[in-house]
Amino acid sequence: MAESAIVVEDLHKSFGALQVLKGISLQANEQDVVSILGSSGSGKSTLLRCINLLETPTSGKVFVHGELIKMREKRPGERVPEDQKQVDRIRSKLAMVFQQFNLWSHMTVLQNVTEAPIHVLKIPKKQALERAEAVLHKVGLYDRKDYYPAHLSGGQQQRAAIARGLAMEPEVILFDEPTSALDPELVGEVLRVMRTLADEGRTMLVVTHEMGFARDVSSRVMFLHQGLVEEDGPPDQIFKQPKSERFRQFLSGSLK
Amino acid sequence: MTELAAVLDRILIKTLGGVLDGYLYPFILKGMVVTVELALASLAIAIVLGMIGAVAKLSNSRIAKAVAGTYTTLIRGVPGIVLMFIIFFGGQLLVNNIGDLLGWDYIEISEFIAGSATLGFIFGAYMTESFRGGILAVPRGEIEAGYTFGMTAAQVFFRITLPQMVRHALPSFGNNWLVLTKETALVSVIGLQDMVFNASQAGGTTRQPFTFFFVVAVLYLIITAVSKVGLRWADRRYSVGVRRA
Amino acid sequence: MDLAAITDNIPLYFKGLWVTIQLLVLALACGLVLAVPIAMWATSRNPLIASWPKAFIYFFTGTPLLVQMFILYYGMAQFEAIRESFLWPVFKEAYWCALIAFSLNTAGYTAEILRGAMKQTDFGELDAARSCGMSKGLIYRRIILPSAFRRALPAYGNEVIFMLHGTALAGIITIVDLFGAARIVNSRYFVPFESFVTAAFFYLCLTFLIVWGFKLWEKRWHAHLHPRDA
Repeated sequence: MAESAIVVEDLHKSFGALQVLKGISLQANEQDVVSILGSSGSGKSTLLRCINLLETPTSGKVFVHGELIKMREKRPGERVPEDQKQVDRIRSKLAMVFQQFNLWSHMTVLQNVTEAPIHVLKIPKKQALERAEAVLHKVGLYDRKDYYPAHLSGGQQQRAAIARGLAMEPEVILFDEPTSALDPELVGEVLRVMRTLADEGRTMLVVTHEMGFARDVSSRVMFLHQGLVEEDGPPDQIFKQPKSERFRQFLSGSLK
Repeated sequence: MTELAAVLDRILIKTLGGVLDGYLYPFILKGMVVTVELALASLAIAIVLGMIGAVAKLSNSRIAKAVAGTYTTLIRGVPGIVLMFIIFFGGQLLVNNIGDLLGWDYIEISEFIAGSATLGFIFGAYMTESFRGGILAVPRGEIEAGYTFGMTAAQVFFRITLPQMVRHALPSFGNNWLVLTKETALVSVIGLQDMVFNASQAGGTTRQPFTFFFVVAVLYLIITAVSKVGLRWADRRYSVGVRRA
Repeated sequence: MDLAAITDNIPLYFKGLWVTIQLLVLALACGLVLAVPIAMWATSRNPLIASWPKAFIYFFTGTPLLVQMFILYYGMAQFEAIRESFLWPVFKEAYWCALIAFSLNTAGYTAEILRGAMKQTDFGELDAARSCGMSKGLIYRRIILPSAFRRALPAYGNEVIFMLHGTALAGIITIVDLFGAARIVNSRYFVPFESFVTAAFFYLCLTFLIVWGFKLWEKRWHAHLHPRDA
């Protein structure tokens, strides 16, 4: 059995009275590419943000490479990370790519990419620069390395954000709707980069609306509905014979 | 104003006890009335100068533009206290030199007039920028719409530009007012008996300068706080018809 | 016009200029060092904690600089405890009182400017920083403060000019800065117009210099905001 990269057990998350996640379990093994589908409000982004503790789950467990992220109850119904150092260390192994890119606007592309390797991983500057140049070549942005984010197109910004994540040499990459904020003609360049990464055997969790990517690239597809997993399986199986009525409706809506 | 000061006096004496007894009302609170009157008089002058300056800066006349530009640049480049000394002492000299030529008697400019003229002159330059910004923020299309309905230039200015300018200029206008009230303290240096001047007198006589200056500082905070309430009210009033984010 | 009184005393004006520059630079440096932690403290989400730095900002931005300076220079002598402490040599000197008042005053204004700029930090950029495993301190040092400094630059430029003008108050409490020099010339020769206009000219030059300096600085620091080819 392949080694598990991410394991989530019975995850719940509420914001006040609003229950967003109602008990989600998930296992992603190394080299898995898991696509997470769902209509808006299904909780898929929240699930991703709970995995690297950008949101603290209300209950449930998260393991990264078998290591449990420790949390404690601050007051009833509100948990906080027990050991911030552990969270920071685990986050440095999980890269995240955001819908809105979230590049640091006051830094050039190159500075964005070298920032965390130098200051979080504490690798020597020279090595960080070499690494940054390599990942920028990979995403095809080397010639734009001295540009500020505001001077790039959305697609270029997202590729820069992917490069920023890759420079951490992460064990898992979390993608949170990476193409949803892009103009249609820019989606392709980002998906191409993501496909290359999948082909390299990287472990990826991808929240997406791109059915083509989910079907062709991912090794597993999960469909979330109202905070619960409705459908889960290899793409061949679930796209051909969906078990859940909801997923069938979802597919007919987006696969016209 | 004086009744209000008397009430404040009673409250403060109750809370601070005998320290300020006999000094607070005749000195500090009377000084506060001077401070507020001075600030309001200066504001009136500053608004007039600011309107003239803004219209001049936005006019097509190169001379008007140059004059207004020089005015705002010079004033905003020199400390208020220096301008005050130039206008107060230099102005006094100038008026009497002219008076000599015309055969007038010696004229003594009162500190209140000199103070409010100086502060009004200084803040006229800051108001020019506020009003100019406010006018520029009025959508060009609305002004053109006014003309297409046959309004005269004056009608367009008073009925369309001005009411909208107020809303856009209000934040920086309010900020200028807050700075102006604090700048009034400078007139104590040229001898006008505002609350700072009186506090230094009372502090000297009683040998309790800290107490008096501290009370004055608190009174300035009260003026600031009241101003902020007023400005918020004005902002709400002039934002009628504007969608809130 | 009595220009001889001015030309004879040009060295005095230059001495005053030097004192003005000293007071300005020292006050700005101390003010900035104080303002950063005060601003960070004031952005605390706990209102009880944030109320202290906010009270500091409220006092120093809500009262006249002149009164703040008088409280230190004239007011401190009221307390025997201070007159007999090691602090007295400091509060006895007009120069130190002025410098402390200027520093605290500009700290208040600068903290308020920084607080506003820090509050505008993009939430997404913070998420990105946290998701890289940056610690809280590192996020402040590398993301929040550098981007807040950039946003605060134009407002800080204005504050520097206000502070330059504020330093003229030192001339009131016997310090021979630019304004103090002009007062001396005026009292010796009674040439109010010439003496103060000369000082005004010096201040004007300093103001232009500061405005020009900040323009250059903004060009460098705001490269990420301007169109690339501009």
